[in-house]
Amino acid sequence: MKVYSDAAEALQSVKSNQTIMVGGFGLVGAPLTLIDELTRKEIDGLTVISNNLGEKGKGLGILVNQKKIKKGIGSYFTSNRDVGDAYQKGELELELLPQGTLAESMRAGGAGLGGYYTKTGVGTDLAKGKEERVIDGITYVFEPAIKADVALIRAWKADTLGNLVYYKTAQNFNPLMATAADVVIAEVDEIVEAGELSPEEIVTPHLFVDGIIRAEKILTKDGVVSNEQK
Amino acid sequence: MNKNDIQELIAKRAAQELKGRCVVNLGIGIPTLVAKFINDDNVFFHTENGLLGVSDVSEEDIDPNLVNAGKLPVGEAVGASYFNSADSFGMIRGAHVDVAILGVLQADQTGLIANWAVPGKNIMGVGGAMDLLVGAKKVIVTTTHTSKDGKSKILKECTYPITSTRSVDMIITELAVFEVMEGQLHCIELMPGVSMDEVREKTEADFISDVTVAGGNML
Repeated sequence: MKVYSDAAEALQSVKSNQTIMVGGFGLVGAPLTLIDELTRKEIDGLTVISNNLGEKGKGLGILVNQKKIKKGIGSYFTSNRDVGDAYQKGELELELLPQGTLAESMRAGGAGLGGYYTKTGVGTDLAKGKEERVIDGITYVFEPAIKADVALIRAWKADTLGNLVYYKTAQNFNPLMATAADVVIAEVDEIVEAGELSPEEIVTPHLFVDGIIRAEKILTKDGVVSNEQK
Repeated sequence: MNKNDIQELIAKRAAQELKGRCVVNLGIGIPTLVAKFINDDNVFFHTENGLLGVSDVSEEDIDPNLVNAGKLPVGEAVGASYFNSADSFGMIRGAHVDVAILGVLQADQTGLIANWAVPGKNIMGVGGAMDLLVGAKKVIVTTTHTSKDGKSKILKECTYPITSTRSVDMIITELAVFEVMEGQLHCIELMPGVSMDEVREKTEADFISDVTVAGGNML
């Protein structure tokens, strides 16, 4: 576990053609500082697993426009028109999963499972070609687990060991992604000494976390701004 | 009626379905308005991005990191709890959410709905719709009766990709309330000032009328 002070250093191990999980539901709970660094990094061919591919020109939306993303895996691409346009032009591959399936596949990936059976999507276009199985009279489809090379996540507070707590609905996919990638970097509002977080409040225990960095870009009522209280 | 009045009329009628202790998930659009018409401590709102206990928020209390599934700012009710997305969808698929209220692009006469994709258009967002359909104990659709170009949204058969093989339980529009019983659509109520003739004229789907007037004659 390493505490980084520089986003470029935190993302040193991120390379072209890797699969990267990026936390957040829209911009809420997205690691905006690390995403900002990705936009500056010479990199391409990424597979990005995230609920949305940002918003138009914001967050992961910038990476879409820079054509650094080869494939997006998520549940809701409608909110960024650029994603649909890039898809129609054949510049971007998309894999759409129901939101609950996206989340559960991460949980399975992080928990050492190969996959699981779910009712969600049975009989719809999103289940085409997927293995079906009837259990106690109910039809389920098989969904494989999802894993990644790197997870870039957002938490509220970290301690110096890498234990994490989350803030309100900024939690969303972050704790799941923390379990399902080889390298996990968390961007946080505040870093405290080990022992300062109560053991009961810790959501992500430190064994999942490889690096932490203090957020320089934060989401406010007025949009994304620089965090000046450094 | 203007668009706003129509939406509120539908939302208000849907709110009447929420009685007693229940956990309710509201979709984007008209469903979100339903909460305005609920004043009952036994109705708990769940949002799939990770909060049980959604409440209204005043302008000055807006927190950019506290939003609903439509990414609109919300508040935290007394006794609220936060959880990750896998736990949230476990609640939904695991049938711990009593009622889901959803919008649709189309519904058909057997209660199947389509609300996640339009072929050829950039609508590629399924979100939580498929999970809510398979998991919620009761599914209520709130929708305008016709699309912007005046076409019936309640069809003999959906032409857009369906969201689930599970039928919804109820469809509420500004003209009427329908219930799906044994795979058939029944009109159980007309909205104020609406005639059955108007409903028939604006509905492509076949349906059975269970609406009675004073005197008990079937319309």
